[in-house]
Amino acid sequence: MIQVQNLVKKFGDFTAVDNISFNVEQGEIFAFLGPNGAGKTTTIKMLTTLLRPTSGTLEVDGIDPLVHQNEARKRFGVVFQDPSLDGDLTAYENMELHGVFYHVPRKLRVDRTQMLLTQFELWDRRNDRVKTFSGGMKRRLEIARGLLHTPKILFLDEPTLGLDPQTRNQLWTHVKHLNETERTTVFLTTHYMDEAERVAHRIAIIDHGHIIALGTPQELKQQTNTDSLEGAFLSLTGSTIRDEAAGSADQLRQMAKMWNKR
Amino acid sequence: MSVIYIMWLRELRRYTRSRAQIVASLGQPLLYLLALGFGLGPIFEKAGQGSYLQFVAPGVIAMSILFTSVFSGIGMLWDRQFGFLKETLVAPVPRIQVMIGRTLGGATVAVIQGMLIAVICMIAGLRVHNLSYIPLAFFFMGLTAFVFASLGMAIGSILEDMQGFQLVMNFLVMPIFFLSGALFPLTNLPLVLKWITHIDPLTYGVDALRGTLTSAAHFSLTLDTLVLCVLATIFITMGAYLFSRIQA
Repeated sequence: MIQVQNLVKKFGDFTAVDNISFNVEQGEIFAFLGPNGAGKTTTIKMLTTLLRPTSGTLEVDGIDPLVHQNEARKRFGVVFQDPSLDGDLTAYENMELHGVFYHVPRKLRVDRTQMLLTQFELWDRRNDRVKTFSGGMKRRLEIARGLLHTPKILFLDEPTLGLDPQTRNQLWTHVKHLNETERTTVFLTTHYMDEAERVAHRIAIIDHGHIIALGTPQELKQQTNTDSLEGAFLSLTGSTIRDEAAGSADQLRQMAKMWNKR
Repeated sequence: MSVIYIMWLRELRRYTRSRAQIVASLGQPLLYLLALGFGLGPIFEKAGQGSYLQFVAPGVIAMSILFTSVFSGIGMLWDRQFGFLKETLVAPVPRIQVMIGRTLGGATVAVIQGMLIAVICMIAGLRVHNLSYIPLAFFFMGLTAFVFASLGMAIGSILEDMQGFQLVMNFLVMPIFFLSGALFPLTNLPLVLKWITHIDPLTYGVDALRGTLTSAAHFSLTLDTLVLCVLATIFITMGAYLFSRIQA
């Protein structure tokens, strides 16, 4: 379903993704684990047509997302790591906009919007502007929106960051259900080992832009002689803490705080 | 089609929800109207040019259209910052539709803003010479708004931070306004200034508005229309190209 070969992405001198290759089968839940700045998000951005790779080939459901961008985009849905909602629109309007973007028929859109907003406990606040929402509510809306259409491939980039256990549980139950009933392929990244262990069929561990291990949770544990995935992860990536460079978006966000706009 | 509509609607919703911003954005044009329209009025009249308020009002209307429409495009900077841009970039729709919807939305908002200023100008004493020209004035407001909303989109597609925004303000938007003939007549200008005003896109928008509202066009309305249409085509093409190449 997803094929990546010799993928490289450089930002100036810095190599964010260094010659990685992997395949994800149809109907598989595939997890990318790695410390901060390992190249997880960069890989997702390249797969979802947001970034052009420096070199290497990509294939999403048999389509090269670099050449046929729109065809590729029709096949996946994304939940981003950082916010991507319009704060001046209401929760309902954000869902509406997404539904139009993904060609969800009107009737279905209305039904699914109600179902999802209810499921993620946002239905009562549907007519409030998103900028009045708490961080957790925004995150929930983000996820509900990502599930509005039913794509063949679902990219989830650290979807549970900052979520309470209840919502996390909701999310993974929903994702597993989608995977089992609709054979949706799921590509996810996370920092929570227990989640990866719970839902993922196969896991790739990435560090400094390289894939350093790939296999089922069981295989990774065996390979490192550890009894938990967390142990396997630490033994593979070491225990040094990584820093991430602030991107231009972060800098802008700080600037906005200073300007106090919105 | 529905993508263009929903993006257009989004711009309008955002506009109508920021009431404080609507009022704030009327401030600057009003200041020009007050300070220049009334302040320079007596000198202008002594120089035998008639009422300066009549002269400057179309310029002030064009100014509010210029600022509102360019800002709507540059507003993409905020979309980038708050992340909404990504949502539009990964959507399985041609990016040109997203871009056109946004441009039309920005242009519509600019026309509304221009109309508000026009009403205020009329209260302040602007006399429209021929009421049957009003629809034509709307047309030129729309065309001017579209030209600059497209330009704003093109710029917004390449800007990544606030520093760039300042640069655009000081070296593009302000000069476009001040060197457009919005504030002074285009006759008897020094040669250099004459050439600059002639390549300034806003000159033709201001001139068309002046022609339709107060009957004192420097060029002909046909020339104004032609120039504005050509510019609209160039800028929207540029904007579409740059928008399609955004990486996030």
